[in-house]
Amino acid sequence: MTVESTAARTPRRTSGGKRAGGKTATKAAKTAQAQAAEPELVQLLTPEGKRVEHPDYAIDLSADELRGLYKDMVLTRQFDAEAIALQRQGELGLWPSLLGQEAAQIGSGRATKDDDYVFPTYREHGVAWCRGVEPKNLLGMFRGVNNGGWDPNSNNFHLYTIVIGSQALHATGYAMGITKDGADSAVVAYFGDGASSQGDVMEGFNFAAVYNAPVVFFCQNNQWAISEGNEKQFRVPLFQRAQGFGFPGVRVDGNDVLAVLAVTRAALERARRGEGPMLIEAFTYRMGAHTTSDDPTKYRRDEEREAWEAKDPILRLRTYLLAEGLADEAFFSELEAESEAFGKKVREAVRSMEDPDMMAIFENVYADGSALVDEERAQFAAYQASFADGEGK
Amino acid sequence: MAVQKLPLAKAINESLRKALETDPKVLLMGEDIGKLGGVFRVTDGLQKDFGEDRVIDTPLAESGIVGTAIGLALRGYRPVVEIQFDGFVFPAYDQIVTQLAKMHARSLGKVKLPVVIRIPYGGGIGAVEHHSESPEALFAHVAGLKVISPSNSQDAYWMLQQAIQSDDPVIYFEPKRRYWDKSDVDTDAIPAPLHSARTLRQGTDLTLVAYGPMVKVCLEAAAAAEEEGKSIEVLDLRSMSPIDFDSIQASVERTGRLVVVHEAPVFYGSGAEIAARITERCFYHLESPVLRVGGFHAPYPPARLEEEYLPGLDRVLDAVDRSLAY
Repeated sequence: MTVESTAARTPRRTSGGKRAGGKTATKAAKTAQAQAAEPELVQLLTPEGKRVEHPDYAIDLSADELRGLYKDMVLTRQFDAEAIALQRQGELGLWPSLLGQEAAQIGSGRATKDDDYVFPTYREHGVAWCRGVEPKNLLGMFRGVNNGGWDPNSNNFHLYTIVIGSQALHATGYAMGITKDGADSAVVAYFGDGASSQGDVMEGFNFAAVYNAPVVFFCQNNQWAISEGNEKQFRVPLFQRAQGFGFPGVRVDGNDVLAVLAVTRAALERARRGEGPMLIEAFTYRMGAHTTSDDPTKYRRDEEREAWEAKDPILRLRTYLLAEGLADEAFFSELEAESEAFGKKVREAVRSMEDPDMMAIFENVYADGSALVDEERAQFAAYQASFADGEGK
Repeated sequence: MAVQKLPLAKAINESLRKALETDPKVLLMGEDIGKLGGVFRVTDGLQKDFGEDRVIDTPLAESGIVGTAIGLALRGYRPVVEIQFDGFVFPAYDQIVTQLAKMHARSLGKVKLPVVIRIPYGGGIGAVEHHSESPEALFAHVAGLKVISPSNSQDAYWMLQQAIQSDDPVIYFEPKRRYWDKSDVDTDAIPAPLHSARTLRQGTDLTLVAYGPMVKVCLEAAAAAEEEGKSIEVLDLRSMSPIDFDSIQASVERTGRLVVVHEAPVFYGSGAEIAARITERCFYHLESPVLRVGGFHAPYPPARLEEEYLPGLDRVLDAVDRSLAY
């Protein structure tokens, strides 16, 4: 007796139904289980670097554009590697690496237009790159010289948000403002699988739905919220949650820069047309640690990482570019040199960042000033001045 | 007609109306503030006149209200948010403390967050739990927030105007049990600076400092004390962050005695901060320790006890007597 027929006997015994009926039911259950485990995701470039078509999301990019995406991802990875090294050397206090999430970030970042607005978490270094934020500025808060430190309105890229999920509401409010202004731009709210458990993200979904706000909720499901995997965060695939709020959700291969670009473009276009919010779940993987303070060996197996390495976002585009003759060796070697030079520039920029003056903490507490801050500033200045060298140190 | 006698709630309503009329970027947001006009009718008629786009009934989610107000402020709007009751602000506390209060500093001054959060607060209306609390110290403790409370209709009108015009986040505590008290509102007046205290009654023997709903109690206490031959000065603090210590200092330097009165628990309350700072500033002028009258370190009591729980005439006079007995 085969295993399959043993399984099929159970319904016949309990329900008295036909053997064939029992078999069908079992098969259906198995299929449903398989679907629940791995829902379909939008993919345009397979891990092996083969272009495939998707009925809903098409993309047609020039060789220049494809090389541009590749370059963005390589430079972003270089930047990230430099930052990790700088942390190891004591130049940064902490660094949250984006290793493995380059396609999710570059694909979505490149889908935005200048007048769109982005609300990041603290790991969106690739998106910041796409928005034109000075890379050095991303490092200031991790070096400990400021708590943010860039002008969000220079690149329509808000400050990094460390409290998990808070920015989903800021993005939604900003998008509500766009609607009130009658503008045709849109907003992207970034968050992760861990943040999906936060009430603010749920409230953001709901406000966006109720007010039909032009916001794209872009979740990078990198499988790990520090040490807690997806099974500790939710029981229903994330993208499906959108349906309950009344807007579409889609899962995209987050390591496929073409698919992410196509899906995010479509979602942003939809938002700009006034059709409301959309949820994108970019299925990806955090190849590195949560931050430089984390130790993933305590909670995950090497085999898992190795399996995802085979789906590397940069490697698959390189394979495709080479196979299709869209880039030659000269391109790759020039990019390598550019990447090294960029890394050097980042290192120098960080090392030359000066510590802020203590008196600076009293600035910008209030836009309109405060008698209390003035009083404490004066007291501290007097204290400092009371030392012989006037430095209070 | 510039001067009108208005209930405090109506003065707020008029102030909101004025703000909506003068600045197209002003928006009102909150639960039930539209057709209903808010549970206290403070926003009565405003949605009808300014539309659903500017007087926004929101989903029932306080964090969502403040979080989206932050986003709207980043887009250039000036949201005035209503939290339905004091005890309901806490789902929004995270957004207020970790986001709203810090964003201006985090951006090194590049972005401004002109968000006003209106909170009806305090007891005395016989409500169920979570409807009678005085959480002002929890906000005053946070750098980046300004915390104010009017005690009369004139201040209710003008302090709200000033709060809306401020580029900083302002928590505007409304003394809900005074909503129906009428007093003059001069809409042509030149208002005092927002964070200045006001001397409501001059005296020579002792200074009473109060704000919001307790100002009335202190004025009554001062009147009663006068009959006993005691001359009490009463200051309406108006702003709990920042605090106008200069005015309190000037008064205490003359009277030598200070009693601070608030509904909030005294432990870590505004009174504690005032006592500490005034002791530093006026050590040699003080004839007695600074005393506080306020709530206890216990959950706000059920309504049948609140008359006994809340500082009233006798509890204030008891503190006055104790101070004068030194």
